[in-house]
Amino acid sequence: MMWESWSQFWDMGGYGLYVWGSMGVTAACMAIEVWQARSAHHQHLAQLREEHEGHL
Amino acid sequence: MNMFRASFWLHYAGPQAFYGLAGRVWPWCAALAAVLGVWGLWLGFMVAPADAQQGEGYRIIFVHVPASWMSMVIYMAMAFWSVLGLTFNTRLSGMMTRALAPTGAMFAFLSLWTGALWGKPMWGTWWVWDARLTSELILFFLYLGYIALTSAIDDQRRGDRAGALIAIVGAINVPIIYFSVKWWNTLHQGASVSLTKSPTMAQVMLWGMLLMAMCFWLYTIALVLYRVRTTILQRESHTAWVQAIVQEIA
Amino acid sequence: MMWQAYWAVVRRDVLLAWRRKSEGLSAVFFFVVVAALFPLGIGPELTVLRNIAPGVLWVGALLSSMLALQRLFEADFGDGTLEQMALSPIAMPLLVGAKMLAHWLVSGLPLVLLAPVLGLQFDLSGDALVTLTFALLLGTPILSLVGGVGAALTLGVRGGGVLLSLLVLPLFVPVLVFGAGAVEAQVSGLGVQAHLSILMAMLLPALFFGPLASAFALRIALE
Repeated sequence: MMWESWSQFWDMGGYGLYVWGSMGVTAACMAIEVWQARSAHHQHLAQLREEHEGHL
Repeated sequence: MNMFRASFWLHYAGPQAFYGLAGRVWPWCAALAAVLGVWGLWLGFMVAPADAQQGEGYRIIFVHVPASWMSMVIYMAMAFWSVLGLTFNTRLSGMMTRALAPTGAMFAFLSLWTGALWGKPMWGTWWVWDARLTSELILFFLYLGYIALTSAIDDQRRGDRAGALIAIVGAINVPIIYFSVKWWNTLHQGASVSLTKSPTMAQVMLWGMLLMAMCFWLYTIALVLYRVRTTILQRESHTAWVQAIVQEIA
Repeated sequence: MMWQAYWAVVRRDVLLAWRRKSEGLSAVFFFVVVAALFPLGIGPELTVLRNIAPGVLWVGALLSSMLALQRLFEADFGDGTLEQMALSPIAMPLLVGAKMLAHWLVSGLPLVLLAPVLGLQFDLSGDALVTLTFALLLGTPILSLVGGVGAALTLGVRGGGVLLSLLVLPLFVPVLVFGAGAVEAQVSGLGVQAHLSILMAMLLPALFFGPLASAFALRIALE
């Protein structure tokens, strides 16, 4: 472990904004993608269920 | 099931079989991606030392480089499925290509975004027209073009085939585009420094990058398989097996 | 019989375009206007204009070609002629190639002839103007050939024009780089051989594969 304290970790030797700006946006994009895929899937299932019930 | 027989592969070319296979595979990929991601990030942020020239700022490469690689790998995968689809006229190929595109575009975007954030503290500007970043930008445009074309065409099958053709044409052009951008860049001798020129990398750094790359790869596989299952349900909604699934959960 | 059909299609398309002169002329005038806009936006300093001239003129030519591309298959798609071409015993790529030649004669060649005139507005030297003309002569056909694939894929699709630009402009980048690069090389005293050779090297496969890929794309659109 090379960081002496948490504040040093977040500061990243002065580059904190850039490093965490990168990591943060990456994580956010992936999270959005996953969320979007899940909600699309559930939406479609709900739609199919509705149509199915409509037939009955 | 002997996987050296064509029948093995052809079986999974059918949407129903693929739906099942994808459903079984994606959770494992996701789990593995998470493990590799944690490991890679730990190596990258907790173990790897600061860089002699770039200090702590270089750590962006742990996402920048994997994102760039993925944006290219995914495009090649799209081209592969497109060739398959146009040759064998399988329905699944178009669905896979469409499922790959958004993630590829996202990684291209991330490559550009992280590239800019890396460039600003190192070279002083948010953007440098070096060969790799510029090619990445054009690759991003190629992704957007594919997504725009397939979204605009209402007929799904026509959209699949049109998308397949543009994906293949784009893939063939990528090396030509890269070469011409490289030429353009050396000609104008703008930034003589390149974002790709990283000093000799410590073993740990390389390992961190590789682990993150594999994490992104598995993430992509998991997400794309998940996504394609939604598309399969959508397109095959009239079939008995989909109706059975819907009934089950109703 | 094949070549008779080829030239018949070329003649027909050129004649049709001639009857609807306004369409072709407006794309050409677009080129003129765009070329004039840049100095207006940047300033009349000749040294600056001389520097940006190759890029500006090439981008103007590119954009003008883009506008013209939409017309390549539109009319024939609308009135069923394209279907007839698909059904005919003559190979479709041949007929598509004929359409592309006609298209280039009507919308590409004017740009080639106009560019040196516009280049004078940017104070380019005589040699540079010659290079520009040659480069455009090699490059504009590539735009028609490669752009045709995009035009075929977006036939009848919503938002066709803008979509076409998005699809096709990235593919034009190599032509732009070497085309403008040729003129810049001329201006800075380096040889233009390399650039023009590369343009030629891009033109030849395009001559072959452009019509083939476009015919394939048209069949997709016609289904």
